[in-house]
Amino acid sequence: MTEPLVTFRNVEKRFGDFVAVRNMVLDIHEGEFLAIMGSSGCGKTTTLRMLAGLEAPTAGEIRMAGRLMNDVKPHERDTPLVWQSLALFPFLTARENVEFGLKMRGVGAAERKRRALDWLDRMQIADFAERNVATLSGGQKQRVALARSLVMEPKMLLLDEPLSALDANLVIRMQGVLTKLQKELGITFVYVTHSQSEAFAMADRVVIMSQGDIAQVGSPKDIYRTPANRFVAEFVGRNNILSGKVLGGDAKGMQIATPQGTFTAQTPQTPLAPGQSVSFAVSADLLTLSETEPDTVNKAQATLISEEFIGSLVTLFLEGADGMEFKVQMQERALMDLDLSPGATLWLGWDAASASILSEG
Amino acid sequence: MHGRGLNIILGVYVALIFTFVFAPIFFSLVFSFNSQRFPTIPLGEFSTEWYAKILSDPDIWQAVRNSVIVSTTTAILATTLGFCTAYTDFRYNFRFKGPYLALILLPPTIPLIIMALAMLAWLSRLGLSGQLWSIIMAHSVLTAPFAMAIIRLRLHQMDPDLEAAAWNLGGTEWQAMRHVIVPFCMPAIISSLCLTAAVSFDEFAVAWFVSGLNKTVPIVILEIVQGNIDPQVNAIGTFVFLTSISLVVAAQVIFISRQIKSHS
Repeated sequence: MTEPLVTFRNVEKRFGDFVAVRNMVLDIHEGEFLAIMGSSGCGKTTTLRMLAGLEAPTAGEIRMAGRLMNDVKPHERDTPLVWQSLALFPFLTARENVEFGLKMRGVGAAERKRRALDWLDRMQIADFAERNVATLSGGQKQRVALARSLVMEPKMLLLDEPLSALDANLVIRMQGVLTKLQKELGITFVYVTHSQSEAFAMADRVVIMSQGDIAQVGSPKDIYRTPANRFVAEFVGRNNILSGKVLGGDAKGMQIATPQGTFTAQTPQTPLAPGQSVSFAVSADLLTLSETEPDTVNKAQATLISEEFIGSLVTLFLEGADGMEFKVQMQERALMDLDLSPGATLWLGWDAASASILSEG
Repeated sequence: MHGRGLNIILGVYVALIFTFVFAPIFFSLVFSFNSQRFPTIPLGEFSTEWYAKILSDPDIWQAVRNSVIVSTTTAILATTLGFCTAYTDFRYNFRFKGPYLALILLPPTIPLIIMALAMLAWLSRLGLSGQLWSIIMAHSVLTAPFAMAIIRLRLHQMDPDLEAAAWNLGGTEWQAMRHVIVPFCMPAIISSLCLTAAVSFDEFAVAWFVSGLNKTVPIVILEIVQGNIDPQVNAIGTFVFLTSISLVVAAQVIFISRQIKSHS
């Protein structure tokens, strides 16, 4: 395994009494698409700003290719950032915006222009090169901002929620543009977002942050299927989280008594003692729904409350014993032969393998 | 109903203000082209006699030269000072920032005559009074707050990420200042230059106290009025008014049109 491009070692960032990032240990590898995800105030943007040198860590070490970066000034780094506000220079044309970094680095006018036009062409906005950026559309501005950073030929590109101002269709289009670019260029992308769909759609690895801590690092699939803890399970979309006490178990599964019944969940790596309180998560798309009792290991009865229809996918909300809300996500066509009038009583079923035990915290 | 009545009252009020402000200036302009020595109705014939007279007066030429030197230098100094202060406010947070800003904005709140006396006392104690640059110094202090206010307003419209974006793209702090902050503030800087020049060009009290023998245009006007009733004063007054109003209008037009442009 090659040496990581960036290492965070016990990095902490405090603003007065507020701890924005706590004891962060993270490696960023060359050529990966890493997404840092979390709700606002979780420390994701602070982490990115530390990479760009706009904030200095209060404690710990950040190294890039082995070099200690803690106090290196922003302009001495090679870490262009695509800003959430885009931060295009409003008094310059698209081409002049793209040339800006090259100009700062002392590249001659003719060379600058050639490289800027080349990148604008690559981003398919060469026609707008001489236009004032204020007159461009949201998507075009986005491309100018990308070109302005990429023309610097960095090893790592930082992106701070760059798609948050775009409408939904354009977001999907730009996601495609970004992943394609990252694969073509082979450089590292560090992408900060609060949007799970953006992070999961594009990233090789996702870092989930909560209140300054890293809650989980893993591939989108790992995080989706086996959330490490309750925070991640709640944060990542549609999980049903049940809590109870351990009754016992073996390598095949743990029996857990909950107010909704006794269920079997996947045995975790660290064994749990009988009597211990525990939670487990079942993803909404791994639940089955039927009018008759299913033959799965786990089953529970629940009353249909409402449904949420988003095209081919439907999310159903049901109320189980003790007021527990269950979420079930299904293909719309799989619901054809079920009685879905509100108040109908249905059976939920799931396998032991679909239920993963969450660590505390 | 209620709104309409109020609108009529406000309309009349504004019309009255304009009448009282501009009527004297208007009559001054009319009488400056009047052949009669005394400003009476009916008017005499149309005449440019008084303009010819001031154009041939070397004292007035000297005063205009002085005024131009003072107002341009003042404009540059005050705008530089104002820019630095506004940028300090925009960029940094420090203890006593409130008092610091209050201190900068203080000069316009002091009655001019007090300001003028204080300036005279202070500058003469330092042996700096009675020179052209005494007026420049006093006027710079007087007009810097206006420059600061205009430029500060512009800086507040700037996306604070812009400066950091310049650093992020390899610009040093000086490069970011030169290639991002100053160009962004340019409309405000030009407005400020016009406005401070206009204020300095018009200013009488402070200039009269600290100028010694170096007369500016407003001082010459007073001397003409003191000496005798001479319609020259109407001619020169018209000239001063046109200069100032052009500068002020230019300042407004530049600042407002840029603002509209950057928000479209």
